[in-house]
Amino acid sequence: MTDTFNIGKYEFTSRLIVGTGKYPTMEAMQAAHDASGAQMVTVAIRRIALDDPRGKSMLDFIDRAKYAILPNTAGCYTADEAVLTAQLARELLDTDLVKLEVIGDARTLYPDTRETLAAAERLVKDGFTVLPYILDDPVACKQLEEIGCSAVMPLAAPIGSGLGVCNPYSIRIIKEGAHVPVIVDAGVGTASDAAMAMELGIDALLMNTGIAAARDPALMAEAMRDAVAAGRKAFLAGRMEKRLYANASSPMRDLISTAGA
Amino acid sequence: MHGETVLVTINGDRRTMPAGMTVERLLERLEAAPAGIAVAKNGHVVQRSSFGSERIDDGDRIEIIKAVAGG
Repeated sequence: MTDTFNIGKYEFTSRLIVGTGKYPTMEAMQAAHDASGAQMVTVAIRRIALDDPRGKSMLDFIDRAKYAILPNTAGCYTADEAVLTAQLARELLDTDLVKLEVIGDARTLYPDTRETLAAAERLVKDGFTVLPYILDDPVACKQLEEIGCSAVMPLAAPIGSGLGVCNPYSIRIIKEGAHVPVIVDAGVGTASDAAMAMELGIDALLMNTGIAAARDPALMAEAMRDAVAAGRKAFLAGRMEKRLYANASSPMRDLISTAGA
Repeated sequence: MHGETVLVTINGDRRTMPAGMTVERLLERLEAAPAGIAVAKNGHVVQRSSFGSERIDDGDRIEIIKAVAGG
């Protein structure tokens, strides 16, 4: 049975979404994208340089037959900026998908929940498939779902920090209460973080720096692909209960004795 | 009309342009390729199909964007 998941009208078999930022070269990025098995990649939207108006675009390096593009609103600090950025991305990319990111603080890159909710409401009304980046806050995630977002994307840890899932309990609570996919976005540093996140039962992972900043991005992308698949299978399989004391795996009967009896 | 100019803000940069230009003409003048970009005027997206008819007026704020690396 194929283990698929849906974001709005879009269906995916890969549960790993990857970014395009911070790679040492475009070739390294393309190799990592291939190795990741991802079906969707994120891009940012920025002004063209007026002194280099024909400079390369990220679209020159992404095979759109292989990857859906998820534009983000990274760098926006207000709902107004995020909405216009999303609308420009839709016109540019001919997609209704948007990773909504409204930042509230430059040092932590934590989202501004109030502005994120306001932007999400406007974008949903405008027909977007909205995937909001948000704190690991079950109440905010619920509110975003009620507004009509097609997924919620709580952070594991601050963007680019590689700290792993700092609050697995909140992520579990978010997942238990959600009726839309829960995609953990940001903070995953290595394969064990990815597997652990997936073992919580979330639907997918979005990562950028964890792959791009590895010494060998393509090899880390492969590791992340395997870890996401392993974590997902472990969740579906249902892990054993933890216990404080040992419980022997070999029979405790019919033991060989040297005591003479 | 001949010789008249307008002051417009393009990607945050104030520029003097001939009056009566369309978005299409503006992109040509900036030497920007219309593929791979999108345009907003005064906070509203200009549809690609309207580039040839959408006028640039004095005081307009134009944003011209593209896709770049990001996560």
